[in-house]
Amino acid sequence: MATSLPRRRRKMESAIEWLLAGAALAAILTTLGIAAVLVGESLPFFRSVSLWRFLTDTQWTPLFADPRFGIGVLLSGTATSSLVALAVAIPCGTALALFLSEFAVGPLRESVKPILELLAGVPTVVFGYFALDVVTPLLQKAWPALPGFNLLSAGLVMGVMIIPYVASLSEDALRAVPMSLREGAYALGATRLQAAWQVVFPAAFSGVAAAYVLGVSRAIGETMIVAIAAGQQPRLTLNPFEPAATVTTYIVQVAKGDVPHGSLGYRTIFAAALALFLLALTFNLAADWIRRRQRLRGRIS
Amino acid sequence: MTEPVATSNGQRMNGAAGHPSLKAETRGLSFFYGEKAALREVNLPVHERRATALIGPSGCGKSTLLRCFNRMHDLYPDHRYAGEIRLYPDDINLLAPETDPIEARLRIGMVFQKPNPFPKSVFENIAYGLRLRGLRDKTEIAERVERALHDAALWDEVKDRLEDSAYALSGGQQQRLCIARALATEPELLLFDEPTSALDPLATASIEALIGRLKSQVTALIVTHNLQQATRVAEFAAFMYLGELLEFGPTEALFNAPSQKRTEDYLAGRFG
Ligand SMILES: Nc1ncnc2c1ncn2[C@@H]1O[C@H](COP(=O)(O)OP(=O)(O)O)[C@@H](O)[C@H]1O
Ligand SMILES: [Mg+2]
Repeated sequence: MATSLPRRRRKMESAIEWLLAGAALAAILTTLGIAAVLVGESLPFFRSVSLWRFLTDTQWTPLFADPRFGIGVLLSGTATSSLVALAVAIPCGTALALFLSEFAVGPLRESVKPILELLAGVPTVVFGYFALDVVTPLLQKAWPALPGFNLLSAGLVMGVMIIPYVASLSEDALRAVPMSLREGAYALGATRLQAAWQVVFPAAFSGVAAAYVLGVSRAIGETMIVAIAAGQQPRLTLNPFEPAATVTTYIVQVAKGDVPHGSLGYRTIFAAALALFLLALTFNLAADWIRRRQRLRGRIS
Repeated sequence: MTEPVATSNGQRMNGAAGHPSLKAETRGLSFFYGEKAALREVNLPVHERRATALIGPSGCGKSTLLRCFNRMHDLYPDHRYAGEIRLYPDDINLLAPETDPIEARLRIGMVFQKPNPFPKSVFENIAYGLRLRGLRDKTEIAERVERALHDAALWDEVKDRLEDSAYALSGGQQQRLCIARALATEPELLLFDEPTSALDPLATASIEALIGRLKSQVTALIVTHNLQQATRVAEFAAFMYLGELLEFGPTEALFNAPSQKRTEDYLAGRFG
């Protein structure tokens, strides 16, 4: 008994280790698989359209008689809607996380959490129509010249959609800050707000930054809201008051259309998706770099 | 309990014996975690510019008592204070409802059991308390940071790495940084909760020496597990047992001739 229990436990542990390794491997393989398909399908595209033209052309009209392939056009729509969304989601999500972890007690906290989860569970198509049919008309009261489809309304609603993700992950990071650090701040005479903002928040920053990156990824990958509320015509603009297509909008539009398989027009989907994939990857690598740098500075406890 | 050597009304008493006056005292202090009483009717004098050691077996309420002084318990729900803690010379009751705990903490510093530097640079760790007190003048902040580091005997070790993260320091250095952080704010009373229990003997010795030197400036209240430490650093000692203060007196007297059987047993290492 004395020897068999540890042995059995060790067996169990190694089984769990294999299971976890398998799960990690599956995630890695899926990612590599996606990358392989995107690259494989994009290669023929880049044989017909030079990378230079792809990156510098100021028009995106792949299905026109005189096709132009400037991905910057779609990226501008993605960037604008994402910036609007993040301008909402990051401050609100951070404030909410600080509130939940440092200020709210008992019943209040317990009632905010389910609301957030509810928000995170709303299908994005609902958010899309909310943006188009509720938010845009409201905004038009303030700016009558605002077109029915616009990046602003889509971005704002997208921001609201992302708040729960940013808030929940940030809150986890804030909660993980040891109580002794808070006590240190309070003992020096800090108020709750000072301790939260000047000590707890910096201590949790790498985790909070990870939450922001998740928010960025959600924003640039969001499809339904922009497809419904931001209009679908490609337009090179950083003006949120205009309608414009994003990379994702374009992909749905073409994927559900009747573009022949294997045609150049069809391949644009993969080239566009590859651009999006690389963008998301860049953000994740940047987050990783921030984390690493913080760890080097010894900021992660 | 032996007679306190200063008058309890807190008047300065630089009399013939040269006894120091009181910096603070608890009067009938009780404390409850929920329903559970952790302190019962504690009457403890704290003499000015002296170190007072709180000793007693684990769980007897030393930390609880210490944390009443800076109202640390207020951070957690479900606590209750009863009785008073008078702070002199202005003779306010730290536990009174009208006393702002933040005001109390601005006057009373604390050093914890485990070093808890902030995720900031060495310099900013110390400047933080000054900034909380509204100090904005850069040269003044720099001067006071340097002085605090000198006082905490850390300056020579960190003067070239003031901008480095505090986490890059060793455990003993971090604890001295935490002491410097408290000293920079010129507290009237400095609370130490087993400040050396997480440190090696060398670091412990340097912190004890430091506390010894600080006494010209501050009043210290020190929880310690280490009886030798109490005799080395403290003029006064208080023995606590099950939430009660059983005995208080000059450290030598308390150690050499305890008036209570329990104190004697504890000092003899028969329990605790
Ligand atoms: N947060 C708490 N909630 C409930 N009981 C506590 C809490 N902290 C300490 N206690 C109890 O109060 C008593 C005194 O604890 P403490 O002051 O930490 O003792 P000491 O510092 O002398 O070891 C112990 O019985 C302990 O279990
Ligand atoms: Mg303790």
